[in-house]
Amino acid sequence: MALSRRTLLHTASATALAVGLPLWRADAASGPIKVGCIEDNSGVLDIYGKPIVMANAMAIDEINAAGGLIGRKLELKQYDSQSDIALYTKYAQQLVREDKVDVAHAGITSASREAIRQTFRRGNTLYFYNILYEGGVCDRNCFCTGTTPAQAVEPIIDYAMKKWGNKVYVLAADYNYGQITAKWVAHYVEERKGTILATGFFPLDVSDFGSTIAKIQDAAPNFVVAALVGGAHISFFRQWAASGMNKKIPLTSTTFGVGNEHLALSPAEGDGILIAGNYSPELDTPANKNFLAAWAKRYGNAKIVHELAVSQYQGIMLWAEAVRKAGSVEREAVIKALETGIKIEGPAGTVAVDPKTHHCALDIHLMVVKDQKLTIIETAAQRPPSDTAQYCDLMKNPDDNKQYEVKI
Amino acid sequence: MDFAAIVVLEILYMIAFLALISAGLAIVFGMMRIINLAHGEFVMLGGYATIASAKAGINIYFAMLVISPIVVGVIGLVVERLIVRFLYGRMIDIMLATWGLSLLLIGLVTLVFGNTAVSVPAPIPGYQIGHYQMGGYNLFVIAVAALLMCAMWLALRYTRVGLVARGTMQGRDVVAALGYNPSTVYMLTFTVGAALSGLAGGVMAPLTGLLPSVGGAYIAKAFITVITGGAAVIAGTLSTAALFGTVDQVVSFASTPVLGEIAMLVLALVLLRLMPQGITGQFFRNST
Repeated sequence: MALSRRTLLHTASATALAVGLPLWRADAASGPIKVGCIEDNSGVLDIYGKPIVMANAMAIDEINAAGGLIGRKLELKQYDSQSDIALYTKYAQQLVREDKVDVAHAGITSASREAIRQTFRRGNTLYFYNILYEGGVCDRNCFCTGTTPAQAVEPIIDYAMKKWGNKVYVLAADYNYGQITAKWVAHYVEERKGTILATGFFPLDVSDFGSTIAKIQDAAPNFVVAALVGGAHISFFRQWAASGMNKKIPLTSTTFGVGNEHLALSPAEGDGILIAGNYSPELDTPANKNFLAAWAKRYGNAKIVHELAVSQYQGIMLWAEAVRKAGSVEREAVIKALETGIKIEGPAGTVAVDPKTHHCALDIHLMVVKDQKLTIIETAAQRPPSDTAQYCDLMKNPDDNKQYEVKI
Repeated sequence: MDFAAIVVLEILYMIAFLALISAGLAIVFGMMRIINLAHGEFVMLGGYATIASAKAGINIYFAMLVISPIVVGVIGLVVERLIVRFLYGRMIDIMLATWGLSLLLIGLVTLVFGNTAVSVPAPIPGYQIGHYQMGGYNLFVIAVAALLMCAMWLALRYTRVGLVARGTMQGRDVVAALGYNPSTVYMLTFTVGAALSGLAGGVMAPLTGLLPSVGGAYIAKAFITVITGGAAVIAGTLSTAALFGTVDQVVSFASTPVLGEIAMLVLALVLLRLMPQGITGQFFRNST
């Protein structure tokens, strides 16, 4: 048999693979613990993604600096999904099959979460989604550590309806987050005997809101709820202010601020927008001050820290705490540890796992944008994820694998 | 009644928007037959030039009306000398070259400004019609577009420069025989086209958040407007902008902005099927 260069290479690499693979497998239990992350570090969603990616690196390094977990170092596998859903599925496969990570903290938009959640479930890879979202995910393999509508939307609606009245106009991003959040908004408004005058949905690349603003004025609501997402939708807040509407009809948002939109707008444009969330950089707690100082030390300044970055950081810390408690990174052991109702103190306050829903009880702050800052008006400590809890009980039905939506 | 006024103003604004972002392309594609796929990036660069100047403390009107066109005009000049002039008459090659250029420009701007939305506030406050509140800046956009169209028409129709430019596009050899250098005319025409794109980017900057990839949102609309317009630069751009702007806004008001855009695209398809030479291939045949 003539040995061409090509067959030689084939044979050589196959042999190397055959010899190398078992060695590497054996290594997996004692080598570094692998943490897989997929986030949009570029593209229209990078206002959210960039600080999250920075938070990943910071959290992993902090844990390693403190000696790692159960005697092993952590290794971060970070992928940039470039605001492209197709890349999420690709990288999720890669994390599960090639990198064989011990845990995945991934996804920003709800569309991205739903693109990858089943991949992690099938691959028996523990999955954390650390972003505020529309609620309802009921999956034993998945922990959602961000806020849900019951936590962050209900307080806004409650406050706004008491203050301004009961006629509401809703604008939402046109994908599952916006669609389902709009339903929750309608649910909370109708529960309080209010009416939804109209709901408009906008794909993520819409940036002309002229006709929408005129239609809102025609409907004359008492206030507007904006569940808009991403760079192009910032135009709405700018055009709203440019037409002078920000002085006439109060504006609330379920997403404003989480992408640091208040820094992209001038004070005159942003002032007065009402929001609710888990985090404000203004929080006067030692945990938050230490976090911001560490961030500033690492990255120069902490101006771009936003709720999603903090939420991601807390999600990783929560997982780390569970690994310590379980004494293992094995999926089942970590899930059991998390289901003991484990809690940590993060920059945004206490994060406590709710075993039934695999969501978290979180401190919620009602905030108003003032001078490019998120000023806190009132705080509700440890609000439970009561929306998801209406439908989801993973202690009773561990095999549940669904996202529940509110029926209206 | 007030609502009708609002709708009319929004329609005028949409027409102005289409005319503005298409003006540069109408010259480069309509006159020179160059498919410049980097047109959207020229508009985007104009936006960044305005925002960077405004952030540096320069008067925003000066930034958008003077600095943006000059900056992008100079970029256009460099592009013409380095790339485009070797490719005149080679349509496919020009498309490839300018597409590459478009990717390069997006990359460079991402490198310099970061891939994040930046913006400047609109310098004109809102005003009131009846009980409606409107963006005052929209009126400014309409005024700029109207002035620009008039200026382009006067320049092309009544000045020697315009005559030579139009002549070069129709009969390059004849113009050369008359003592003008066609290469220089092409260079200047391309530069003017780029400068107009820069102006459009600057004027639109305060209304939308700017991303390096924003050019993609402009280029499709600009090409549809110019191609459906047909051979006559001004009449074609204006007639399609008027038609598309009206359809887009009327449908947007009746339903949603998404359906508005769809209606506009469907209309473009139908028009091109019925009039392959564009609107001005059928009507206003002897206009500029």
